[in-house]
Amino acid sequence: MIADMNAEDIVGDYQEVSLQLYGSIKRKVLYTQIETPYPDGKLIVSTTNPDGIITHVNRSFVEMSGYREEELIGAPHSILRHPDMPSAAFKDLWDTVRRGEKWQGFVKNLRKDGGYYWVKATVIPNVRGGKVVGYTSVRRKPSRSKIEECCKLYPTLF
Amino acid sequence: MSFQFTVSPDFTPDHLSGWYIFNTWLQKQTGIAMHLEMYNDFQGQREAIQADNVDLIYANPFDAAMLVREKGFLPLVKAEGAADEALIVVNADNAINDVADLEPGTRVTYTEDPDVRLMGMIMLEPGDLDNDNIVPVLADNYVLVAKHLLKAEADVGIFLAEAYDDLSTMVKNQLKVLVRSQISVIHHALMIGPRLQDRREEIESLLVEMSNDDRGRGVLQSLGFSAWQKVDDEAMEFMIDLMDTLNT
Repeated sequence: MIADMNAEDIVGDYQEVSLQLYGSIKRKVLYTQIETPYPDGKLIVSTTNPDGIITHVNRSFVEMSGYREEELIGAPHSILRHPDMPSAAFKDLWDTVRRGEKWQGFVKNLRKDGGYYWVKATVIPNVRGGKVVGYTSVRRKPSRSKIEECCKLYPTLF
Repeated sequence: MSFQFTVSPDFTPDHLSGWYIFNTWLQKQTGIAMHLEMYNDFQGQREAIQADNVDLIYANPFDAAMLVREKGFLPLVKAEGAADEALIVVNADNAINDVADLEPGTRVTYTEDPDVRLMGMIMLEPGDLDNDNIVPVLADNYVLVAKHLLKAEADVGIFLAEAYDDLSTMVKNQLKVLVRSQISVIHHALMIGPRLQDRREEIESLLVEMSNDDRGRGVLQSLGFSAWQKVDDEAMEFMIDLMDTLNT
């Protein structure tokens, strides 16, 4: 399950918006303009089941998301969904991985404290015995020029 | 029938004799006739794998995917607590302190070590560098990577962290580390091929128990390890998936 964000968790001035996730779930999202820089040399790794429910996160994921591990395991991956990300990007992601292919893109992720961080994400299906048992997403540090391109492009996709 | 054992050519030469000692120990413990073949380069080793001549291999993570998915290899063990990490290094005199400030046309020196090169190229991405806009300066080993930097024949070097740490203090004082990866989950593994898989459990338990007696501990020491740790099939699959995502 995915809970609304709490004002007491937020650091800094925030805006409020209601996001529609998976077409049926609504979530109240509180977000600020505070960026957390992606740490050099690290990879953020998570795994979900076929329905997008988080089953594994590494330490970097926990640190960058601001959530505790137990808050993340069992939550939908869309707990990171930032209102500045166009839903078309996630539709493309899911369409691609459900075809059994890799997806790659630049994503602005939402932190528990309302801040954000940019990543270059790659998602692949985990195939075991010919069957997709989940998806692994690995994020690495993006270049500033790619982030700037996305900042211009993404608002046009709404 | 004799089987063949080989070790990824990126392993530090300091431990070469250790692998011969390990092979002798393994043959004594299992009664399996095993020939240790050390290849000088990745290409020679890959040809042997493709020809199905290899039965046991201490494999680098990049090759593990091919070994599992194309050649039916299964994981046995990894060195306890060990992980492969990479470094981005420049000459100490270089004014650059952040990868993001590097420019296309940067001369990058690296070895043929595929997983280290992969991790290194990922760490250069924040500078918008990729295979198409760097000038590669290939080196046979990490000492030569350092030399290319010291002689200003290359701007940036990609090192296996362990190999960089083994350089002399005098050399390291003339170099500057820009980034050190902290991936933690990419590692070499000892893997077993199809012809030996009926002995997998037996060999695996011998290896896991190896650090529990003086003789075994001595052999491990000659490899630079303290103990072997079991790698199960899912852990190996996860690492392969991870390598797959990075290799994009």
